[in-house]
Formats: sequence, structure tokens, C-alpha cells
Amino acid sequence: MGMNMTEKILARHAGLESVKAGDLIVCHLDRVMGNDITAAPAIAKLNELGMKPFDKDKVVLVPDHFQPAKDIKSAGLAKTLRDFARKYDIKHYYEQGRVGIEHVILPEKGVVGPGMLTIGADSHTCTYGAVNGFSTGVGTTDLVVGIATGKAWFKVPPAIKVVLTGKKHDGICGKDVILHLIGLIGVDGARYQSLEFAGEGVASLSMTDRLTIANMAIEAGAKNGIFPFDEVTKEYEEARVEEPYEPVAPDDDAEYVRTVEINLDELQPTVAFPHLPGNAKRVADIKEPIAIDQVVIGSCTNGRLEDLAIAASILKGHKVNPRVRCIVIPGSPAVYQEAMHRGYIDTFIDAECVVSCPTCGPCLGGYMGIMTDGERCVSTTNRNFIGRMGSTSSEVYLAGPYVAAASAVLGRIACPEDIK
Amino acid sequence: MAGFKGKVWRYGDNIDTDVIIPARYLSSFDPKELASHCMVDIDETFAREVKPGDIMVGGRNFGCGSSREHAPIAIKASGVPVVIAASFARIFYRNGINIGLPLLEIGDDVEKIKAGDEIEADPATGIIKDLTTGDTFQAHPLPGFIQDIAKAGGLINYVKQKG
Repeated sequence: MGMNMTEKILARHAGLESVKAGDLIVCHLDRVMGNDITAAPAIAKLNELGMKPFDKDKVVLVPDHFQPAKDIKSAGLAKTLRDFARKYDIKHYYEQGRVGIEHVILPEKGVVGPGMLTIGADSHTCTYGAVNGFSTGVGTTDLVVGIATGKAWFKVPPAIKVVLTGKKHDGICGKDVILHLIGLIGVDGARYQSLEFAGEGVASLSMTDRLTIANMAIEAGAKNGIFPFDEVTKEYEEARVEEPYEPVAPDDDAEYVRTVEINLDELQPTVAFPHLPGNAKRVADIKEPIAIDQVVIGSCTNGRLEDLAIAASILKGHKVNPRVRCIVIPGSPAVYQEAMHRGYIDTFIDAECVVSCPTCGPCLGGYMGIMTDGERCVSTTNRNFIGRMGSTSSEVYLAGPYVAAASAVLGRIACPEDIK
Repeated sequence: MAGFKGKVWRYGDNIDTDVIIPARYLSSFDPKELASHCMVDIDETFAREVKPGDIMVGGRNFGCGSSREHAPIAIKASGVPVVIAASFARIFYRNGINIGLPLLEIGDDVEKIKAGDEIEADPATGIIKDLTTGDTFQAHPLPGFIQDIAKAGGLINYVKQKG
């Protein structure tokens, strides 16, 4: 029996010829990543146990969640990372001004790449499947052991094959694909499993689309989501990934527990209603207008240049609805700067958006856009759980940048074509 | 029977780690501090009234969402010795094993356990007895060396023992 992409990467890193679903294995890690919330307790534990990083070039520390520090305690979390990074000369530590959102900067800087195995103490670490890597979220204890030993245990996941047919059309983005998929299979539809994307439709997805899709694999319960290596990946990795890499492709007789098919030709702008990412609805099916108070455009899901380009194309020549605050958060300094060069930042400020420095901020109810009782937000982020962005009676509607920007202009959940 | 005996705190499907411990409390990783806010967004009584030994019971996909280990830590520091659910989200499951919080997965049988029931749960055998109703359930066993990690009381102890 052949192997799928996930099995190939896991086998290679376990030093085995082959693995199959259900095998318990120990793998060597190419990257071990943590952020200010998860790495600070890990570092405290490492210090307590007198453990050191196994390889200073493979540990990645990204202070992005509550930084620039939102309060005194958060400043303490950042200091813990900073002191550890200095003490051990950690190569991939990013100070404010260099830091962006972890899952935006790691692919952008080529710290993660095809065929690589990464664990990160952040659930959206699964993002790097977009570049044909295996990556998955873990907690602080796995981070401690990963930093100290360079190893982690895994149970090889059964794989779901997601076959994308047709091609992506104008006005549709990766967010519509993944919200549709989660709506289809449910928030635990891929629990303990991997999502392997395949089919002719993949070629029509940009790297930004793929990063958005892989990012939200966890919202279907998946361990990881992985894309094949193709021309789009090759071009993206050109002069980007820092080490020689070895992509993986599935064998023809690779095993899958089930196949799910999505016809990209039929996709329409999609929104996930509160309070689960699986509550997917087509915007066209919304009967009564849903008035909103806030829009957030950014995050590890949709904080890349292409996302801002889409938002700017909708907002150009318009103003944000007077009842709405629209917060735009470029995902990295490079995204911010290029958005400025291309005039997107001018467009946002002319439209009367708030433009923030790169941070996870409001996505997890950290800061920079917290909601009070009864408020509603259309957000390009990844979770709409109860209280996720503030008050337990506030509501988050998840969408891509087309819908988010159009909603900002109209003050209700809308598509770009609704703007007259 | 060995194991734990306590009153059931019953929750539904898809209990996410954001409600187990909201992000606004994550600037601390002190277990007692986290426990004082556990479940607050969906149940204000829990942190106030939970007694050591009480058992948390959830539905499907318990612990979905964020990888924050603060979530199982908050539950454990509340005095809850074991969590039972129809199924667990994978990162939460892994974190529970890694920090030494036993998690018992029993599928649809969980529907028979109600809030306030008195139950006994033995992580070593996976046997759960509902003393209020008289029902007995068998949890799915942990695979292979994952059992050894659980027996060691968590991943760090396991790694230390293995040298």
C-alpha cells in the first residue's frame, strides 16, 4: 500500500521506510515554535528543569498574540521569550518591528517549507501544509519536550482526500473554500485525521488561498491539512525557503478513509455564523439584513498582501459605514510595507479604517478591537466561539476579505456586488 | 473500586478552549488563577462551587479550538481529577495526557450521564459507574506507549524516567 503526503513526511522524520494510519511513532522535528502565550510557560518549565534548546536554529519564538504588550503581565510574557532568545542565541526570534503573526511570517520568510515537519504551540500551526509541509498544533508540554529534545510523538492520522474540481472564480477566495468544507463535514468532521487536498482545482488557488485553507483545517478538527507541491508552490518558495527541501507527493495507491469533493465553480461568498466555524451560509441566502458594529481584516487566516489587496479594491472610493469600525491588521512588517507602497494603506485610511501594527490582537479577544455586549463583527479571522472577541453576548461572523470589506461599507453582511 | 468519585458537572458538544479559559486570562499561567476563571463564559457557578473530586462530563469534540494548555490546567487546578466526554478534540486530548489529566472517551454513552449524578471513574481500567442511575460504561483504552505517558503522570515525567 502506498503512502499519502502526511504519511511520507512522518515516515521520513521517524526514520522509517513506511508508516500507516494508527502507527505510534517518534519524529525528529525541523521546527519547534511557540508564541508569547504558549512559550512563556514552556520556557519557565525548561528553566525550572535545567533543560536547554536542542538546536538554537530550529527553535522559533514569535511574540505576536498580546504584543506590543497590552498590559504589564503580557510584557512579562514577552520578556520571558526575549531573555531566553538572548541567552541561547535563538536564530528565529523576532522582536517588535520585525515580528508579524507567526503563521504569516514563517512561510513568508521561508522558515518553514515543503517536506518539513513543524510543531507549534498554537493550534493554527497547521497553516504550513499550504507549502507542502506537515505541521500541527500542540500544547506547552509538547513544546517543552520539543525544544529540549527535538522530538515529538505522533499517532499517524487517517487521511481525508479533499478533491477540488473546477476552478476558483473572481470574487471567491480561500476562505470561501474552507468555510464551505467545514460546513460540509462539521467542526469535528476531520477529528484526529488529516486533510489532503487534491484535484485540478488546486492549480487555481493562489498560495494565499492555500494558506487560508490549511490554516483552518483545525476548525474541522484535523491534525493537519496539506497541499500538493506544484508550480504555485515552486514559484512561492523561489529564493524564500532557507534550506534545501524535498517535497512530497501522494502515491497513486495511497490510502484515504473518505473522499470529499468540492466543485470550485459552484462556490459562492460564504459566512460562518456564530458560534461555530461550521455554521456556514452563503451570503446570498441571508434573508434579513444583519447589521454590524465592527469589521476585522487580518489575522493568520487572512492577513496577507493578497487579502489586503482584495479589501482595498472594494474599499477604494468608499467610506466605512458611519456605524462601523473597520480594523485592518497587516500580518507582517513586509505585508504592511508593501501594502503601503501599493497604496492600500492610503485607501484604508481614506475609507476611514483603523490600521494597526501586525498582531493577533482582536482575533482571540486579546486587544485592539474587543467587543462589548450585543455587538456584532464580520471578521476574516478563524473562530467565532462564544466570547471569542470579547463579551459573551457579542457575535463574530467569519468571512473572507471580499465580504468583510463590502460589509464594512454597507454596515451589514454583504457582498461586493451589493455596493451600488 | 479504585479511581475517583464525585459529582458531575455536565456540559454539551463542542466545548471549546476559549470557554474553558477565555483568552483575557491567558497573560497568567498560574494554575490557581486560571482555575478561578474556568468555564466562566458559559457557567459562572463552576469556578465558585466546584469541589475537589467533582468530575467534568462533556459531549462531542470536547476541548476544540485553541491549543492553550491553560485549558486542561484550569480544569485540573479546579480539583477535577478526570474528564469524561463522547469524544475529545485532538490537541486537548494530547495536552490532557501530557499534563497528567486523565480523559475518558465513551462515545454516545455519555448521553446517559446527567448533571449532578454521582459517578465513579477509574482511569486505569476505563470503567465508569454512574451511582445515581446504576449504569456502567467502559472507556476506550489509550493506545501503546500513550498509556505509559499517562501512567507516568504526564510527558515530562515520562521523558525524565526514560532518561
